[in-house]
Amino acid sequence: MASLFESAVLKEALFYSLKKFDPRVLFRNPVMFTVEIGAVVMTIVSVAGALGNAAAGETVGYNVSISVWLWLTVWFANFAEALAEARGKAQASSLRKTRQNTPARKLLPDGTETSFSSVDLRPGDRFVVEVGELIAADGEVVEGMAFVDESAITGESAPVIREVGGDKSGVTGGTRVISDRIVVAVTAAPGDSFLDKMIALVEGASRKKSPNEIALSLLLTAFTMVFLLVILALQPFAAFVGTELSIAALISLFICLIPTTIGALLSAIGIAGMDRALKAHVIAKSGKAVELAGDVDTLLLDKTGTITLGNRRATAFFPVEGVSPDDFAAVALAASLADTTPEGQSIVVLAQQANARILAAAGTGRTISFTAETRSSGIDLPDGQRIRKGASDSIRDLVQRAGHSFPAEATRKIQEISSNGGTPLVLSVNEQVQGVIQLQDVIKPGISQRFDRLRKMGVKTVMITGDNPLTAQYIAREAGVDDFIAEARPEDKMNYIRKEQAEGKLVAMMGDGTNDAPALAQADIGVAMNSGTQAAKEAANMVDLDNEPTKLLEVIEIGKQMLITRGALTTFSIANDVAKYFAIVPALFAISIPGLNVLNIMHLDSPQSAILSALVFNAVIIPLLLPLALRGITYRPIGAEALLTRNLLVYGLGGILTPFIGIKLIDLFLQLF
Amino acid sequence: MQTDLIQTSLLILVLSVLAWPFGRYLARVYRGEPVWSDFLRPFERLIFKLSGVNAETSLNVAQNMKAMLRINLIFFVWAFVLLLFQGNIPLLNPDGVPGMTVHQSFHTAVSFLTNTNLQHYSGETGAAYLAQMLVFTFLQFVSAGTGMAAAVLIWQSIRSQRTSDLGNFYHYLMLSITRILLPLALVTGFVLLLNGVPATLEGAGIAHTLEGEVQTVARGPVASMVAIKQLGTNGGGFFGSNSTHPLENPNVVTNIVEWMSILFLPMAMVFGFGYFTGKRKFARILFAVMMAGFLMLFLPTLYLEGQGTNEIAAMGISQSTGNMEGKEVRFGPGLSSLWAVATTCTSNGSVNAMHDSFQSLSGTFLLLGMMVNAFFGGVGVGFINMYVFVILAVFISGLMVGRTPELWGKKLESGEIKLAALVFLMHPFLILGFTAVASGIAARDPAMGVMDGGQGLNWLNNPGFHGFTEMLYEFTSSAANNGSGFEGLGDNTVFWNLTTGLVILLSRFIPIVIPLMIAGYLAHKKSTPAGPGNLQVESRAFGLVLWFVILILSALAFFPALALGPLAGHFS
Repeated sequence: MASLFESAVLKEALFYSLKKFDPRVLFRNPVMFTVEIGAVVMTIVSVAGALGNAAAGETVGYNVSISVWLWLTVWFANFAEALAEARGKAQASSLRKTRQNTPARKLLPDGTETSFSSVDLRPGDRFVVEVGELIAADGEVVEGMAFVDESAITGESAPVIREVGGDKSGVTGGTRVISDRIVVAVTAAPGDSFLDKMIALVEGASRKKSPNEIALSLLLTAFTMVFLLVILALQPFAAFVGTELSIAALISLFICLIPTTIGALLSAIGIAGMDRALKAHVIAKSGKAVELAGDVDTLLLDKTGTITLGNRRATAFFPVEGVSPDDFAAVALAASLADTTPEGQSIVVLAQQANARILAAAGTGRTISFTAETRSSGIDLPDGQRIRKGASDSIRDLVQRAGHSFPAEATRKIQEISSNGGTPLVLSVNEQVQGVIQLQDVIKPGISQRFDRLRKMGVKTVMITGDNPLTAQYIAREAGVDDFIAEARPEDKMNYIRKEQAEGKLVAMMGDGTNDAPALAQADIGVAMNSGTQAAKEAANMVDLDNEPTKLLEVIEIGKQMLITRGALTTFSIANDVAKYFAIVPALFAISIPGLNVLNIMHLDSPQSAILSALVFNAVIIPLLLPLALRGITYRPIGAEALLTRNLLVYGLGGILTPFIGIKLIDLFLQLF
Repeated sequence: MQTDLIQTSLLILVLSVLAWPFGRYLARVYRGEPVWSDFLRPFERLIFKLSGVNAETSLNVAQNMKAMLRINLIFFVWAFVLLLFQGNIPLLNPDGVPGMTVHQSFHTAVSFLTNTNLQHYSGETGAAYLAQMLVFTFLQFVSAGTGMAAAVLIWQSIRSQRTSDLGNFYHYLMLSITRILLPLALVTGFVLLLNGVPATLEGAGIAHTLEGEVQTVARGPVASMVAIKQLGTNGGGFFGSNSTHPLENPNVVTNIVEWMSILFLPMAMVFGFGYFTGKRKFARILFAVMMAGFLMLFLPTLYLEGQGTNEIAAMGISQSTGNMEGKEVRFGPGLSSLWAVATTCTSNGSVNAMHDSFQSLSGTFLLLGMMVNAFFGGVGVGFINMYVFVILAVFISGLMVGRTPELWGKKLESGEIKLAALVFLMHPFLILGFTAVASGIAARDPAMGVMDGGQGLNWLNNPGFHGFTEMLYEFTSSAANNGSGFEGLGDNTVFWNLTTGLVILLSRFIPIVIPLMIAGYLAHKKSTPAGPGNLQVESRAFGLVLWFVILILSALAFFPALALGPLAGHFS
């Protein structure tokens, strides 16, 4: 990833920061627009002063310095926004590079192919992609199956299967087919694809302010108006008590008081948030979606692939009395050697860990495959042993039909395994029960810590699974989720979301299948896997390029960070005003009301240096806080009250104290000249 | 000094303890639960029946606002006409007081209608008994009731979930008067009566002094008016000199009772909110924030007034009893400071000492009390002002916990913030804007000849910082609906009557109507259940935020004006 101040990005930001001086552009930001007006007025005053109309006690140099610092304040704000945009664009264009002008073989209705450029493809068009070719546009596989290398988008080198039908039919433009041939139907016009939408979100011009940003802008505008009034009223006040106020001093006081720090950084914070989402390979369809993620109360997650490692595995052997563990392992191994299912392979692994004997040479013996009728599989060894493994009721049938009894001990074990969320497999030799194999879901390492973090954030996690309630409950407890939906059908998810929403909660959901689409649309935040179906992607507010189900956690944190950063910098900005008053107000009336110099608690050198120092502090704090605005203030899930206290101390108290120190230091520095 | 501190602290403590259970009674009254005063119900029904007002149906926000504005318009017309023609009505006017001028009638009617009671007339010579009773005393009841009823509408919006019905304004108004204000005023008035405050319909008395001089002693139905002027945070006295007058406030006992009446209901309303909505913990936090603000203004004032002034010390006069200029000997600096801060914090505006003669720096604290106007504040409206501060504080601090800011689970979005910012803007806008206009004109034309055709020759008695403070105080007092005068202004002129009248009107109804709109919006919204990640306003951290938000926002808007007025006066 490009470093914060990489030169190409920096150059672009410099260029655009100059363009943003255009009042028509700056008008979107009322606070900084006001500063620009102040700068224009002050420039006129300086020019007039240079032509011999300087007010008493003001040198041309002083007026010019004030003007320069006012312009710098505007420029710093422009630069902050331009830099955030440039970084976002750099991030997006590195993703976009892969997808420009890819040649495509368009499939005509009569079955013939013509050569076509990706930019001319329209939704509904079909094109053919074969081994080694790039997929020209986002679409859905309508014919065939292929391995696709999506590393250009996801950074993940393992190829993924994309096939017609099912939940893995979506392909992304710019990825490469590395086996077979597929026909893809275009689902999005080139300018309209998710990535293009995302790029538009980080470009200032088309960026829509999020609801929170609008509300905050309103508050900042109100503050600006209060201070405008304070300054406008000061002139007649002063006239009444018989003192003169210079325009330079009034404008400086005004600019220092209005919340320029947050005003300058506000849009940069929003853009940087989108940029961080993009960096996490999440494509959001709007800035609002990312911000809203910070408010999530309930999170619905699929069990498989998210909470557990996909498939069940054998985790323990329980031989019945009279069967030695060694014998049992050997029999289990023999029964599973030819079984290619993941469960079967996991039994082999477990048996080998137990150093099981090989009962017969490979290839000898007759393999009995699993059928829906017998619901068991196994092997008939050359020595005549008939080994079978299967679901408990199928083996029970087998055993009882042969006239043997099903041991009570095994029944007990079966119940125990079931109630612990596992799946029991029973093993028999010559229709006599040997013992039970325990298959279990393996919970992803580290997942319960992540859920713990979510809980501390106040987010309730809900697991969706097709398992029976008993199994679901066990896994839910082990993984640390707060609730689960067992034997879930699509409408169950929908109902759950509706129920939560009726309680006033904000619900987020991750999904990939077509049958997830209604629930994704119903959820306040729907995140679709990039590998998912087009329907799912259309219904969601965000698409996760990495197909990593816990990604939502990062998005939630990004959303929270955006809000915290805005709130903290607003607090900082307003708290700063206290010190600025103490610097400027005594300076304003230094000559006419010398008594007010007791308020000059910083002992600033002269009225002029006091005003200039406050103005310089006000300007340079913008670039100094820019890295923080772009990075975002770290979110800590320590509970709202602790977080508030912490941020108040840092940004509220810090906001009061910092300018006292900063202004004093600048004043000392100015005395050197 | 030390005795003063102990004495006043004890009074504050006793009052807080008394207000707590009364808050519970308030909540029961408004919730319609059985209370001892239910025997008044037939009487209330009769009044509603006679007036044809339907007080039974529950109304939504807009209907309630219309009801409030309509009844207030009627009150205004009543007051305006009576004041204008009081001289022509041969009833209850033993001293033959003439009618008021049009602009003074307007100003006085507006002033009493809005619970402000800024008086540009003197009661002894400017108001007939008819006006004192049927205009002033009457409006002192209904204006306080209006504020309380408006607050209850907001309580109801907090208590109810997703409904537009907030109850009936007329019903709450009636309960405020019959169940709360009348009984309290009866008790208070009786205590005053026993201590020598007059209650008579006879004209001014004639006294023959020992020196053989003849004195006219103004009197009238005083006790009844003084009771409600204090209880309803009205502040308009029967006599021009308000509670410094020996017949309004004869001794220390009446002084303590009257002082307690200033703060009693504003305090009880906070507890009442807690009992009414079930948010008792939050009510305690609000009380703590208000009390902290009150003490922050009171303690330095008490200290400053306990000291003498340099000017008087320079004359070689001993000031061992503190700054006694403009204070009543029977009260002294302690009780005077306590009263002054209470009356400015609560939008009451009655005085028992001349605020103009307080130390300059004390003037800053009195002004700040009115600039904040929510450290207890006026009955009902103080709570409403605090509600707006709560919304602003929740918005700023809510962002800092990483969620869209929520107040009791209801999201604060641009609609609410726009309205809250508007209310917050309006207060400094009216105070600073009008003070700027006045000082701008005065700077050019000190005699104010342009505005008042030369009649305003004495409109400003002091030049410089002190004169500026007087103007600032007059508009601050108007905008806070306080009504206390810094005095020193010749204020019964077209200019002052019209400008302050306008400021008073705007700052009464806009800060009631807009918060009601916010409450209406919020009542409609879905409420998110609280979790560990949600900001709880019932936390100490939030109380601290609230306190700082109030202080910083008020200080930032008014600091330059204070620097030029009382601060410059003090440090020069």
